[in-house]
Amino acid sequence: MKSLAELEEIRKNTLDQIKMRKNKDGIRIVVGMATCGIAAGARPVMNALVEEIGKRKLRDVSVTMTGCIGVCRLEPIVEVYNADGSKVTYVKMTPEKAARVVAEHIVNGRVCQDLTIGAAEAAEKAKAADN
Amino acid sequence: MQFYRAHVLICGGTGCTSSNSQKIKQELEAQLNKNNLENEVKVVTTGCFGLCAQGPIVVVYPEGVMYTMVKVEDVQEIVEEHLIKGRPVKRLMAGDTESADTTKSLENVDFFKRQHRIALRNCGVINPENIDEYIAFDGYKALAKVLTEMTPEEVIAEVKKSGLRGRGGAGFPTGLKWELTRKSQSDKKYVCCNADEGDPGAFMDRSILEGDPHSIIEAMAIAAYAIGADQGYIYVRAEYPIAVKRLQIAIKQAQDYGLLGKNIFGTDFNFDLELRLGAGAFVCGEETALITSIEGHRGEPRPKPPFPAVSGLWEKPTLINNVETYANIPVIFNKGADWFASVGTEKSKGTKVFAVGGKINNTGLVEIPIGTTLREVIYDIGGGIPNGKKFKAVQTGGPSGGCIPASHIDTPIDYETLRELGSMMGSGGMIVMDEDNCMVDIAKFFLEFTVDESCGKCPPCRIGTKRMLEILDKITSGKGEMEDIDKLETLAKNIISSALCGLGQSAPQPVLSTLRYFRDEYIAHVRDKKCPAGVCKSMMSYVIAADRCKSCGICARNCPVGAISGEKKVPYVINQEKCIKCGACMEKCPFKAIFKNA
Repeated sequence: MKSLAELEEIRKNTLDQIKMRKNKDGIRIVVGMATCGIAAGARPVMNALVEEIGKRKLRDVSVTMTGCIGVCRLEPIVEVYNADGSKVTYVKMTPEKAARVVAEHIVNGRVCQDLTIGAAEAAEKAKAADN
Repeated sequence: MQFYRAHVLICGGTGCTSSNSQKIKQELEAQLNKNNLENEVKVVTTGCFGLCAQGPIVVVYPEGVMYTMVKVEDVQEIVEEHLIKGRPVKRLMAGDTESADTTKSLENVDFFKRQHRIALRNCGVINPENIDEYIAFDGYKALAKVLTEMTPEEVIAEVKKSGLRGRGGAGFPTGLKWELTRKSQSDKKYVCCNADEGDPGAFMDRSILEGDPHSIIEAMAIAAYAIGADQGYIYVRAEYPIAVKRLQIAIKQAQDYGLLGKNIFGTDFNFDLELRLGAGAFVCGEETALITSIEGHRGEPRPKPPFPAVSGLWEKPTLINNVETYANIPVIFNKGADWFASVGTEKSKGTKVFAVGGKINNTGLVEIPIGTTLREVIYDIGGGIPNGKKFKAVQTGGPSGGCIPASHIDTPIDYETLRELGSMMGSGGMIVMDEDNCMVDIAKFFLEFTVDESCGKCPPCRIGTKRMLEILDKITSGKGEMEDIDKLETLAKNIISSALCGLGQSAPQPVLSTLRYFRDEYIAHVRDKKCPAGVCKSMMSYVIAADRCKSCGICARNCPVGAISGEKKVPYVINQEKCIKCGACMEKCPFKAIFKNA
């Protein structure tokens, strides 16, 4: 160790990996992993999230699971809790959509409107009206 | 960089290791593999969390859910429920499971809520065998700052300003010690770490070495820079195999990173570190005996002055600090002396770690701001006395300290108040006693310890403590006379004033403090030939209450010496001549018909 820069680099890189043990801030991604979620394909969605976050070396993001949210017909469900406490619920997720959520919402702060529960409900209503 | 969505921390301290935490780790890894989670969930061995009574401890992040008393059979449930489905396993969670909601994290458990962790900051958070994790939480940042931005005088001034005092027991101001050692002129100086923790029941130094060894290495390097030394020794007892192993790993890692060795951080400061293993003699925790032992001689103390700051290791100026003292140093430079001084009391700054044991629910390590009351430690953090018993006294300072009675339970803990009460801070052992403890017996226990551990160099300690123990033996076996109590006191005072080192000078303290607060118990033993707590065997007997005895004969069958006899429909009786007072009959009696008669 000959310089402060080297020390700082080790510090930053490792902190990214172990920050979750001290820091409770940041974005929290919650995946519905009850039986309904798993049956609908929540595992590949979660794997895609973890992989994408790792690839992009994102900090301040945690991925956790939760039980049944209650709208089983819309599983797999992924909820994103922003640092300010607000929440966006994404439904009928796939690995591809998950990657998109990371890229657009987590990285750039743009909510993927077409994937949200609101969009899904609106689509269902429109469909019902057509019938 | 691999992103893990969850980290599972398993305590690898001595307490949890002895209750099989490593088997839990193996099972966890096997279960994760089975469920293909090995790339999502990271398993980390950490140091002590402090809640040793509840071990083995497993903590799952990011939620911070703490599982206690985990068994190998529980691992599958944790993996399948918590790690796959996100449902924490409530029955294994710490604290009052009734009110525990699923997001309860360890910061909210009563045991941790009231603590203030400075010295233990990384214990149970980082992997002690991974230097990068130490660096991630600002490790070696203080050393970098000190070496590149501060002069040795500024370093000493900062430590003085922090108000840090020695955590080994006596409470000597750390900054002043550093200054004295710096001022000593010599071509060679040394820094030493006293990790010869020997008080019965104290294990904070071990836990710091096991859980955060790099903090000691960093602090010793800072100290070396401040006093002008380039070589350090850590004197650790060989009975701490995990601590020794982790220190060896940590020193190797620091050397590989160039944090020990030549030209650290590109400056002209050189420093290296070696371990010295002690064979477990209590006296080697005394600094001059420790120095003698490092030099390769038999561990015997030598007279002071000269103090080690003037003439220590190989007669060179030597700085010796305790493990916990060092553990505070990096924080003082990272957060500032003013921040550190804002914690604690007027005369004693910062926190102190206590190893709380004895008759208490949450046996373990607690770190509290100095000035916290004994009541808060025992009841709020320690969870009170088990089985609804009454709190009687607390012993602090180990064999050099004394007993503080229940009437002083609201005393704020600091160096001065404990000394005024006839005890001392000591290294931080805290043994809680309830109404079933005999204070004469407790004093005897500690004196037996010092008699065993006396090195024999000076007569007051070698002969004096032995004579005191003989008097205590006489009193507890029911043969004491009133003048024995006075003899004990005189002898104690003479030993204090004439013994060579700290061990002898403080050895009579447990006797003096119990005499001060529990003289009536001594008198009961001597005059009435009674042991009020029913501990001293010669003064108590087991009796069968005739009106409660159902003549079942269970007691007679369980008596190992055949002292109980009787027949159907007639109450049984104990032959007091034969009885060895083991208590087996009382334990086995289904009708609670057998009593201790004290």
